[in-house]
Amino acid sequence: MHDESQILGYQPGNSFIYQLNATTKLVFMLLVSIACMITYDTRFLIAICVLSIFLFKEAKIKWSQISFIVKLIVAFMILNLIFVFIFQPSYGESIYYSKSILIHAGYFTLTLQEVFYLFNLFLKYVCSIPIVLLFLLTTNPSQFAASLNKIGISYKISYAVSLALRYIPDIQNSYWDISAAQQARGIELSKKASLGKRIKGTLNIIMPLIFSSLERIDAISTAMQLRRFGSKKKRTWYVTQSFKKEDYLVMIAAVILVLIVIVLWQLNHGRFYNPFI
Amino acid sequence: MKNTGLSVKNVVAIGIGSAIYVILARFTSIPTPIPNTNIELVFPFLALFAAIYGAKVGFIVGFIGHALSDFIMYGQTWWSWVLATAILGWIIGLAAKQLDLKNGIFGLKQTIIFNIVQIIANIIAWVVVAPIGDIIIYSEPANKVFVQGISATLSNGLTIMIVGTLLLKAYADTKIKKGSLRKED
Repeated sequence: MHDESQILGYQPGNSFIYQLNATTKLVFMLLVSIACMITYDTRFLIAICVLSIFLFKEAKIKWSQISFIVKLIVAFMILNLIFVFIFQPSYGESIYYSKSILIHAGYFTLTLQEVFYLFNLFLKYVCSIPIVLLFLLTTNPSQFAASLNKIGISYKISYAVSLALRYIPDIQNSYWDISAAQQARGIELSKKASLGKRIKGTLNIIMPLIFSSLERIDAISTAMQLRRFGSKKKRTWYVTQSFKKEDYLVMIAAVILVLIVIVLWQLNHGRFYNPFI
Repeated sequence: MKNTGLSVKNVVAIGIGSAIYVILARFTSIPTPIPNTNIELVFPFLALFAAIYGAKVGFIVGFIGHALSDFIMYGQTWWSWVLATAILGWIIGLAAKQLDLKNGIFGLKQTIIFNIVQIIANIIAWVVVAPIGDIIIYSEPANKVFVQGISATLSNGLTIMIVGTLLLKAYADTKIKKGSLRKED
């Protein structure tokens, strides 16, 4: 199938991480990414980077499973860093209250502080990626929905998420079927066609896709209504797992990481770690 | 069912809507001659969904759809932009009652209402919510995120204006008009 490998999804396996409870993994992922979102402390970010690479090695995931995504992210990151630099090359100085010039170039004068800031921004973006990828690759979608419900999100929303994950492959197949049908009728969708033609051609795929999906929504919701979905305040999940000792340990580790970020905030008097003063 | 908020139909609409969002975000982003600007056909879709199912569904589809598609494509998500997409769906959804698509009416008046609302929604989402989120969460320089926001407003506003209006019109045409049936004499 077209590009199918380019969407990440659950891939069965049996290393340590697969045996953890989905709720544990979700809590760990959320807490670590929040911690990385808050702090700009270089030492912490590097530590998380090392940790996530280590976890990746532990899970025995092959490079080929993730190489395309890593390339995509790196390309995006570089573009983003260039933009941040172009728009305000002096931003680093104003954060770190000092200025040591590396290259003189008028407006684009490059300072050590700016390089350090960009480096931190880069770390911030990349450090949690391996953990999120691990979560996606090692968590069964139904367990994911159950774990969302367990951390306090209403079961209707959790169920909607699990429906979404369940229907992504189906809708992807319909998309390519409709696309093939439209191309057989002579609609050009490749880069050769002009912009207007491509938009029109793509619309010819989107319209039937959306309208057939609206019918699907009616059918599914009728079926769920007949099974009395939503009539009770709670529901149980077929795939719920119980917590084990390892799960508690992993969750405690995540909480400790968040606490470290709070302590670092106090030590640094803010979110930035400043080695220049 | 009323006391718990979402109806069964809304739950399903959120699920399927988010799935369509992910697929459209992944496959229907068309590059333009202007560098780094894509025509995202996913936003007209979100506008249609919000206009059919209302503000709550618009918000949640925007949120789940954008977060999932970011996670699945990049293994990372930009929460400020996720929230902005959700707000876009929410504001357009607020106009759902005025638009009355389910009765098959989408004339000049509704077209104007829809476009005014969607432009306001775009401005709030991309020029207010997303840049402020970027500044708070990622401390990026202010002028960079605002320029990004303005260019997103222009491209998404224009896309929704052209493609979104078409989609809404097409949807309204599939519905039976109110009062189109007459009692036989």
